[in-house]
Amino acid sequence: MSTTTKAAPIVHTPDFMNGDEFRIPVFKLLKQDGSPYKNAKLPDLDKDKALRIYRAMLFTRVLDERMLAAQRQGRLSFYMQCIGEEASVIGSTAALDDEDMIMAQYREQGALAYRGFDVDEFMNQLFGNEHDYGKGRQMPVHYGSSKLHYMTISSPLATQIPQATGYAYGQKMAGQGHCTITIFGEGAASEGDFHAALNMASVHRVPVIFLCRNNGYAISTPAHEQFSADGIAPRAFGYRMKVIRVDGNDILAVYQATVEARKLAVEHNQPVLIEAMTYRLAAHSSSDDPSGYRSKKEEEAWRDKDPVLRMKLWLQEKGWWSDDDEKREQESLRRDVLEAMKRAEKREPPELDTLVSDVFDEVTPILAGQLDDLKAHIRKYPEAYPKGAKSLNGKDAGGAKHA
Amino acid sequence: MPKMNMLQAINDALDIAMAANDKVICFGEDVGIFGGVFRATSHLQEKYGRDRCFNTPLVEQGIVGFANGLAAQGSTPVAEIQFADYIFPAFDQIVNETAKFRYRSGDLFNVGGLTIRAPYGGGISGGLYHSQSPEAYFAHTPGLKVVVPRNPHQAKGLLLGAIRDANPVLFFEPKRLYRASTGEVPEEDYELPLGQAEVTKEGDDITLLAWGAQMEIVEKASELAEKEGISCEIIDLRTIVPWDVETVVESVLKTGRLVVTHEAPLTGGFAGEIAATIQQRCFLYLESPIARVTGLDTPFPLTLEKEYMPDHLKVFEAIKYSINY
Repeated sequence: MSTTTKAAPIVHTPDFMNGDEFRIPVFKLLKQDGSPYKNAKLPDLDKDKALRIYRAMLFTRVLDERMLAAQRQGRLSFYMQCIGEEASVIGSTAALDDEDMIMAQYREQGALAYRGFDVDEFMNQLFGNEHDYGKGRQMPVHYGSSKLHYMTISSPLATQIPQATGYAYGQKMAGQGHCTITIFGEGAASEGDFHAALNMASVHRVPVIFLCRNNGYAISTPAHEQFSADGIAPRAFGYRMKVIRVDGNDILAVYQATVEARKLAVEHNQPVLIEAMTYRLAAHSSSDDPSGYRSKKEEEAWRDKDPVLRMKLWLQEKGWWSDDDEKREQESLRRDVLEAMKRAEKREPPELDTLVSDVFDEVTPILAGQLDDLKAHIRKYPEAYPKGAKSLNGKDAGGAKHA
Repeated sequence: MPKMNMLQAINDALDIAMAANDKVICFGEDVGIFGGVFRATSHLQEKYGRDRCFNTPLVEQGIVGFANGLAAQGSTPVAEIQFADYIFPAFDQIVNETAKFRYRSGDLFNVGGLTIRAPYGGGISGGLYHSQSPEAYFAHTPGLKVVVPRNPHQAKGLLLGAIRDANPVLFFEPKRLYRASTGEVPEEDYELPLGQAEVTKEGDDITLLAWGAQMEIVEKASELAEKEGISCEIIDLRTIVPWDVETVVESVLKTGRLVVTHEAPLTGGFAGEIAATIQQRCFLYLESPIARVTGLDTPFPLTLEKEYMPDHLKVFEAIKYSINY
């Protein structure tokens, strides 16, 4: 049995290689003014789909602006913006079947918006109220939706990447023609889980798309301190995986690259790595201030490459969108977001019993006992535990149901 | 009833699980055509094909990450970690992902179909890295069930129970017993319940509690004790999480004395958790302090393994100390 997949040529001088032999091009279709490059063949994207994409981009941007403001006002504990990366996230999602699985990192709210997660669903999670699908257990932006095939976000970085390989293996076994896309940053790609995932996907021929948002920074650490190679793309060679580098701010390029990647994945069981070159215009999170590690000048240069503006200009050139449409949409989105925020803030917190449910499929006797003890304690000191006391007052005084 | 050793019983359980449900998929390092380094997965690839039983690259975090995703998708993965000593690269996937998948999503998603099998424990001259008993690390993480069988019959029934349980299960197999422990094992498909201890011998004077390979040790110690007129009740905990408090409490209320033994080191070992709970529940009934007979608070040794091990003589001494307290 050979130890490599190819017979190696033999040489007689000790020459070393470092990968610089490969030059990875960047796939682009649209210029920043919204016009196509000469010789660029644009993907077949109809008006309805184009507007669905654009509306998801606008919604994401309005949501991000409003929610960061809400965080600054002290109404929300934490927030993370997608600003600058909307095309990478939404363009790739739009290229998939709506039932393909998405396993994202945390900055991909645009994907959910595109799939139809509504503004109240966003708000309920952000405020961790009784209607939050995650029952108020995770920090803001940790969305999930089983009906929209969007895996609940997990804070530890890169853990979703090998999970995507496993999920997609199950889809391959099920044979219904679906795939999984996993989205992550260039920083997460340093984690061992990334390498494990790509190797296993390639060895086991799994229909999974790895989309790296190379946005220049992992919190404060610039890409050049993250890796010394030419970005993330060359890593695919080490796993003999198909790879493409795309302008992540070019919605049509991201869309088309992902359409082609999906064909390779679903029709040929070939995993694909897509490196989307983009820029995190926002701070890492509401707890971060980028002025300490990068220049305004650098940010401005990327602001000029705004992916949302680029798509708008293309839509206007097609005659599918006007400044009036833009104004109306923006106003209506702002109103929707503000009203939904007010509704979400007023909702009750999750019931006290949700502290111990879902640890296992059923509440174990030990957990039921711990909940009973906690309730007795809260009844003694209700002022110290206002949310728990409120939940207890509205409910019967019994313990958790258990098997 | 056929006689089997523990490996054959485990292999049989996997075979039955794969035959009964085509969503059961077995994988890990060397589990394919080779059948695993201990042969627990022998012939499964031949029978069920390379899609359902296969080698993975040598990457434990990848094996468990992959298994988490596969379970979330609705399959029933049975992932093998070649030695429990090598489970730590997967610690993040197990502790932060497997254990929290259902909770963090509010039950939108779960990895309940997942079983992780790993040979564990000493007594095979394996030294530091082929001997450890890591059950307490995982017992400290809510959301994981932890199961350890003591013999072939138990191994088959508990493994089938684990694979079909609606929660992720870590199934630690006492590798010292793989070939050493033989016994009658029913041919048919049967499950033993998780979360239930078993009283394997009734007695009046003292309760001996163990799991896995330590069950042999307490049985030997009880034989020595019986010769001195001490009547021992023996309990196999079987499931470490969620553990069967009531069965142990009931026994200790009767005997008034408890010895707990495990191979893992003393400090932070699961015996400490048991002792704390039992003293709380049985305080006024205890005739003597609860004794723990465990490994030392050292890495697992090689040449001096026999000295390190909590063997029957150490358990016997603990029994006498408790009785004479």
